[in-house]
Amino acid sequence: MSVRAQTLIWLAQRASAAVLALCVMVHLATMIYAVKSGLSAAEILGRTRGNYAWFGFYALFVLAVAVHAPIGLRTVIAESFGWRGTVLDALTVATGIALALWGMRAVLGVFV
Amino acid sequence: MSNEKPAATGAGSGASRAALNVRVWRGAGEGSFQTYEVPRQESQTVLDVVTHIQRVIDPSLSYRFACRVGVCGSCAMNVNGKARWTCRTHVEKVAADGNLEIAPLSNLPVIKDLVTDMKEFFDKWARARGRFAGARTRDDDFARVMPDSPQRRNVDAGIECIGCGACYSACDVVQSNPAYLGPAALNRAWTLHNDVRDVMRVERLASVAGDAGCHACHTHTSCSERCPKQISPTLGIAGLKRAAAVAALSGEI
Repeated sequence: MSVRAQTLIWLAQRASAAVLALCVMVHLATMIYAVKSGLSAAEILGRTRGNYAWFGFYALFVLAVAVHAPIGLRTVIAESFGWRGTVLDALTVATGIALALWGMRAVLGVFV
Repeated sequence: MSNEKPAATGAGSGASRAALNVRVWRGAGEGSFQTYEVPRQESQTVLDVVTHIQRVIDPSLSYRFACRVGVCGSCAMNVNGKARWTCRTHVEKVAADGNLEIAPLSNLPVIKDLVTDMKEFFDKWARARGRFAGARTRDDDFARVMPDSPQRRNVDAGIECIGCGACYSACDVVQSNPAYLGPAALNRAWTLHNDVRDVMRVERLASVAGDAGCHACHTHTSCSERCPKQISPTLGIAGLKRAAAVAALSGEI
């Protein structure tokens, strides 16, 4: 991976961290509201199904996770096990794709 | 020189007020701590202690020093687990209980006893393009650098580095990522990045960016904590991160 690419993924991780900070706060507030209000699963689904605002919010959340986590994991693996190079970079991309797919599956599960 | 012999290793930690109990690393990669009893003196520095051991107790002890006044940066060692310049470190300050443990700097190969091989440390300065590159000739007028300009202030904040290696020894990232350029080399690059006369800005940013450069820093600030000159390499590294990120976005690097 070129130095420019390494720099850009560093930037992507910082930018996604900023998005995550906001998303986590909104998500926690939503969860606390849902629990405190005693909403049932059916009531929650009634509010999320077909709601493009919630879909957009959680799609953004998933995208930020899919960008942020694999880049951090790449650094943790490199520093902990000395594993660096193309294979690790490929694993990083694969992890990002997997997180995005699993995350979007969950988002679609409460949207459709 | 007297014929005093060093006390046996593990001679206990109880030090009297008149004597220091000093454990010193002996050997290279393979080695162990050996214990010596050193008389306490007023205003005694850790370098004084090491010098006493070498000159009075055990002449085979190897260590490095030159100026003894905090200028040359050659006498840095781990003192009670922390990297310090030994010539300006008073025993009273770091070993009030009379117990001292002196070891070579971390993250560098040990040649013998307290002497480390600084080659990789200074090679990284070269890799970070830590050399001024100007374009003016002797026929040109002097460059005018305003003392209160932001760039000059950034240079002032980092320029007093004496290359002792204390920051490098304290850096966790160097430990886990041996290719990492380290705080001293990056601090040097930052001072040159802010030198308005320098013409190697883009090439230098390309050299210090990425996984082995400034973007590997975890901002633990151990380097800033341990720098005997109160420089904050962390701040300079943060500046390099931003500058390199902008350069990457604009396609300069």
